[in-house]
Amino acid sequence: MSVNQVSVFLENKPGTLNKLTEVLATNKINIRALSLAETSEFGIVRMLVNDVFEATTVLKENNFVATLTPVLAYAIADEAGDLNKLLQHFTEANVNIEYMYAFAGKTRAYMIFRVNDTKKAEAILKSKGLKSLTQEEIAAV
Amino acid sequence: MSRYFQEEIECMPFEKIKALQDELLPKQVRYVWDNVPYYRKKMEAHGVTPDDVKSTADLYKLPFMSKADLRDAYPYGLLAVPLKDCVRIQSTSGTTGKRVVAFYTQEDIDLWEDCTARAIVAAGGTADDVCQVSYGYGLFTGGPGLDGGSHKVGCLTIPTSSGNTERQIMFIMDLQATILCCTPSYAAYIGETLKEMGYKPEDIPLKAGIFGAEAWSEEMRRDIEKTLGIKAYDIYGLTEISGPGVSFECSEQRGMHINEDHFLAEIIDPKTGEVLPEGTQGELVFTALDKKAFPLIRYRTRDICTLTREKCSCGRTHIRMTKPKGRSDDMLKIRGVNVFPSQIETVLMNKGYAANYQIIVGRVNNTDTFEVKVEMTPDMFTDNVGEMQARRKVLEDGLRSMLGIKAKVTLVAPKTITRSEGKAVRVIDNRKI
Repeated sequence: MSVNQVSVFLENKPGTLNKLTEVLATNKINIRALSLAETSEFGIVRMLVNDVFEATTVLKENNFVATLTPVLAYAIADEAGDLNKLLQHFTEANVNIEYMYAFAGKTRAYMIFRVNDTKKAEAILKSKGLKSLTQEEIAAV
Repeated sequence: MSRYFQEEIECMPFEKIKALQDELLPKQVRYVWDNVPYYRKKMEAHGVTPDDVKSTADLYKLPFMSKADLRDAYPYGLLAVPLKDCVRIQSTSGTTGKRVVAFYTQEDIDLWEDCTARAIVAAGGTADDVCQVSYGYGLFTGGPGLDGGSHKVGCLTIPTSSGNTERQIMFIMDLQATILCCTPSYAAYIGETLKEMGYKPEDIPLKAGIFGAEAWSEEMRRDIEKTLGIKAYDIYGLTEISGPGVSFECSEQRGMHINEDHFLAEIIDPKTGEVLPEGTQGELVFTALDKKAFPLIRYRTRDICTLTREKCSCGRTHIRMTKPKGRSDDMLKIRGVNVFPSQIETVLMNKGYAANYQIIVGRVNNTDTFEVKVEMTPDMFTDNVGEMQARRKVLEDGLRSMLGIKAKVTLVAPKTITRSEGKAVRVIDNRKI
């Protein structure tokens, strides 16, 4: 199962990210993972949140442009070499990664991938015994 | 249901219009000579007296008026009646730093409202209509002008003024407004908001819109018509001459009919002041033929357009003007090139963006900087940085091929571009020249 990531357009100037976090804080939305892609003119915030529907609704109400992007999330052991092992599977399956980010939990580490063909990549990796996390599993981490 | 508000005047044969103007002009010139010392001095300096003006053929002999005269004569210098005969002033927004204050007698208000009533009827308005006036009320001529016309037609008038978009929408939907009068940028904004709220064009009771007071493109017209499910009509005017309704579009939408029984139009070469023949593009000049309080003669509008007297199938005989390419007040000279905001709008609409933009001009090391801020829309946003930059580049390339100079496009968050009195602030010029 792919996970819905919330992607938000931000102007590249002081205070815009804070405005975003303020909206999320006011509405008690918890960010599970976050990454920020920037260009000289604008930024795109990518994040996993506990309540995707609520997050996109309140962002829209507050004049943010946001969209949902399917990403794949995998849990790995939080120890040296485990990401390397995971990525070897990606290479063997010929899956191209557009971008990725990661966060470490109490016992495991979580890797989030945006790939060019989410469904195909997920199926191939599943056949290799790699199960991607569901929205509920990510929210529960 | 009549197609005209004042059929006898609006469809008057050309010879009769000309005869009327030939009769009114000499009288008006004498009236101004007698009552406005400022203009009399100008005429004397020009070596012309009222005796030299026997018909419209002599109009060219008279000196021009411009915004500079209005500034010099501020506030009462161009007033032709005692203040006690005036019942109203209107004023421009003064966004360019040149605030105009115009005076009106009750007759002036009446003739102005006749003009806006003609525009409303030309857009299909009748006493059965519910006309929502979402132009700003107050000093701005938009609200009072259309309000007066709407009353004359007998429409149920909803004087919402501009702003508070939710309330605008509540009245449109609850009172089933059929005609909307506002600036095109505000119409687009109301349309966007209705769309966001989930209303489809067929759910919206509006059938016509009368939009003016700022430059807008054909692309923007089509966009507004689609979103609101209406026919959108252009209206033109300026506070100096009366307000909106100096000219207006009919159902043919092939130019705007100038109310020639009140306003005499000429096209001149903006450089030499020479009168140009019909059909030639140039600067529009107006003479108010029967205004009492603030009667301007040969006032240079700075608007660039073309006039035509070609027969219009709507039946109206008054001369038509093309949509001004932009007021020269709006025209920017950037790196030596003339840039009209409407050109930028055309590019944006063609590339799928909303017409929410702002032009910022500055000067660094004696070179002009030129930035166009464009509001993001959900349709244009993608999570992919490369794709976003490619889309920005498409805009930059489009602007370059339209204008011939390079503009930097900055994508900004929605609803961040300032809107004042429903009039979008399109240009910020930070150059100190």
